[in-house]
Order: sequence, then C-alpha cells, then structure tokens
Amino acid sequence: MSILEVEHISKSFNKTEALKDISFSLERGQVLSIIGSSGSGKTTLLRCLNFLETPDRGIIRVNGETLFDADNPAAKLESVIRKKRLHFGLVFQSFNLFPQYTALQNVMLAKELLAREQPDYKTRKKEIYEEIRSLSESLLSQMGLEKRKENYPHQLSGGQCQRVAIARALALNPDILCFDEPTSALDPELTGEVLCVIKELADNNTTMVIVTHEMAFAKDVADHVIFMDEGSIIEQGKPAQVFGNPSEERTRQFLGT
Amino acid sequence: MERIFEQMPIVISSLNVGFIQTLKLFFVTLIGAFPLGLLIAFGSMSRFRPLSYFAKFLVWIIRGTPLMIQLLIIYYFPGLVLHNPVWGGGETGRFLAASVSFILNYACYFSEIYRGGIQGVPIGQEEAGLVLGMTKSQIFFKVTLLQMIKRIVPPMSNEIITLVKDTSLARIIALQEIIWAGQAFMKGSHGISGAIWPLFFTAVYYLIFNGILTMLLGHLERKLNYFR
Repeated sequence: MSILEVEHISKSFNKTEALKDISFSLERGQVLSIIGSSGSGKTTLLRCLNFLETPDRGIIRVNGETLFDADNPAAKLESVIRKKRLHFGLVFQSFNLFPQYTALQNVMLAKELLAREQPDYKTRKKEIYEEIRSLSESLLSQMGLEKRKENYPHQLSGGQCQRVAIARALALNPDILCFDEPTSALDPELTGEVLCVIKELADNNTTMVIVTHEMAFAKDVADHVIFMDEGSIIEQGKPAQVFGNPSEERTRQFLGT
Repeated sequence: MERIFEQMPIVISSLNVGFIQTLKLFFVTLIGAFPLGLLIAFGSMSRFRPLSYFAKFLVWIIRGTPLMIQLLIIYYFPGLVLHNPVWGGGETGRFLAASVSFILNYACYFSEIYRGGIQGVPIGQEEAGLVLGMTKSQIFFKVTLLQMIKRIVPPMSNEIITLVKDTSLARIIALQEIIWAGQAFMKGSHGISGAIWPLFFTAVYYLIFNGILTMLLGHLERKLNYFR
C-alpha cells in the first residue's frame, strides 16, 4: 500500500488556478522530486500536503487513512487539522527557524509542547524532557551540528540553519518529510552540505517529497519525478525516464534537452 | 535668590505631593493601556468586519483629536450635558476621569504599535509553528510574542516618555498633579505667592524621571539583543 495517495487535488486563488487535478502516490521509503519552473504550483502542492492551504477539491490519504477530503467540511477544522499535520514535516526555503531560541531549543520546542498532552506528563516531566533533549542532540549530531547546538540562528550560516530546520522537522518523526526548495536561499558552497544531509536521509529510507531546482540532485536522489507546469502534472516517472527520455515537449523545453 | 533658598523646602514638599499624583496617573495609564491596546489591535486586525471597522473608527477619533479636548469632554460631558456626574466630585473624581481619558487615548496609540509589531513578524514563523503541530495560542506565546516585543520596545519607549509629559495635560481639569502644584505658588500656596520659579522647577522632575525611564528601557532593549 502506498504511504501517500493524492487524488484530484485542485486549488484556486481568486480566479487563478494554482493546481489542476493533481494525482500521484508515493511508496514508503521512497523519494519523490517535484520539478518545474517558478509559478508552476510545486510549492502550493507542498503547502496543501501540510495543510497550510486548503485544497478546493480532492483527497489526501496517508497509510490508507483519509486525512483530507474536500467534500467533508469537518476535515477543515483547525483542531482536526493540527494532529493530521504531524504526518508531514516541512522544511522551508527560508528556514523559518525561531530566532529567539538556540539550535537545540528550536529542535526541542514542538516536541516539548506536544509532550504536555501526554497523560503521564506531570509525573514524568523531567524524564520526558531528558528524552526529548537527547533525541534532539542526536539529531543535531546527525546533521553535523553537535558543536552548534547552543548557537542562535543569527550566529549560524544559511546551510547550518537549514540543517537545524531539518533536525527540527525530523524531531517529530513525520511519515513524510517535505522540502520546499531547501537550497534556493543558499550559495553554491552551502547548497552542497544541505544536499548531502538530504541524500543521507534518502539512503536511510526516509520518505520524502522534495521540490527543487537542483536537477542533478533530483536525478540522483529521487525514485520518482514529477514535472509540473501551470498547475498540472505534465509528466511523471522514474528519473532516468523523465530526465533521460522525456515524452512531453514541454518537459524537453524545461530541461533544455 | 536668597528667597528661593528659603522657599525651597516648602516648594519641594508640595511639588513632591503633586508628582505622586503625576506618577499615579502615569502608572495607571500604562497598566490600563497595555492590555486595552492589545485588544484594540486584535480588533482592528480581525476578519470580522464590523469589529475591525469599529476599532479603526475609534483609533481615528482618538488619534485625530487633542487629548486635552478628550479630557474636557470625558470629565465634563456626563455631568454638565447628561446631568449624570458619573465621576463624582473632588480629586478622586478628577483622577478617575483623567485615568479613563489617558487609558483610552494611549491604548489607541499602543494598538497601532502592537499591530505593527505583530504584522512585522514574518508569516513564516507562524507557518513553521503550524507544521510542527503547535496550536495558535502556543505559536503566539512561544514564538511570536517575544519577537513582537523586541520590535515594539523602541516605538513603545517613545510613547512612554511622551506619556510622562502628557500627564501635565490633566491640569486642564484641575487634577492636582505637579504642574498644578507648581502653578499654585503664583496665586499663593503654603504662604508663598507671586513665585513663578516653582512652575519652572517642575521641569527638573520630568527630566529626572524620564532619564531613569530612558535607562530602564534602553536596558530592556539591550536584553533583547541576544537574537535578531
């Protein structure tokens, strides 16, 4: 069974159709890359998956559970959506780290707040805190940032910030980790270190959806590629096929082949 | 000059009493206007149109008219026009009316500062909180609030220092604050009359108090400098 199934998602802003009847699925442990020019709807699609935008039509399923169905108004309630969001993690183009917290605090915060909802929180407060702390520290080490955990975001480079943001998303152990152009705000030198970390996650079978302009990276890391244009999926398939032998004229134009 | 030295202790003790009233009005205004301003700010940002129009209308009226007129209307209108003197008589009544006027006036100015502070925090901060499964209130208190405070400290400091001096406007409804106390020595008070220097001397009180405030607010600003 697919871990993620997206069926007939559409979304309009005023009169502009940002997404037109998008359907795809993703298997557990696989990496999906979404490519396409700016304004093609890639980011809107990711934002729909993370419930930052509400699709006008369509269904989103994770592990067979329907998380969103546009025909079911109850699914749009903020309180209902909040828990469903946790199936997804999202790493932003502009990091969006919390500036008043250290790298470690950034990674710990959401999990600490979530732990307060556990029934045994009051009695195991200290223990839970230590658990979250050691988990967060090991995630930062995994990102190569063990020496940076006490630094504030403004003391870190863009690449380091983005790696903290990845650790922060991983801390909640999402089923599917989404990246929205994770290296677009970085210079080429820093891009490499972030892509390296994402590649490692892929090698460890993390299920990921990556919106990117790094074609070589997409080709290398993805199991499945979707090419989007003007809100529609033009072509999808294995990277070797989409990059090596695209069947659509528009894809060839975009890739410059 | 010798006269002044003789008069000094009497004048100082009388000005001190006036300044206590000034300080009371100052702190009561802050305590009232900080939360009320936040309410008005949320009101004017509300997606519920009637509420946001009402908040914006209120801010327009209050910022568009002199505080002195507001003081006069709020103090005199109920008694003289409606024949219902809600404020009661004497200094207590005057203080009550002055407090209401100042709180309302400053809340409106504060609301605009709050609004700027809240809207100045990038939307990505809230979105990051949302995708991490935080509730709206957790996002406000744990993420947005401190960033907003950092943004509003400089403009707020400005307003707070203006407020210290604006309290003197309460003189117009004869509130016995420091200007009133200083002026009293011209007509005659505590056996001294025809002396204008006590009125001039009140400036020293404002200057020293504002000096202390400037230091405290500067300290707060530096405290928040640990992040950007």
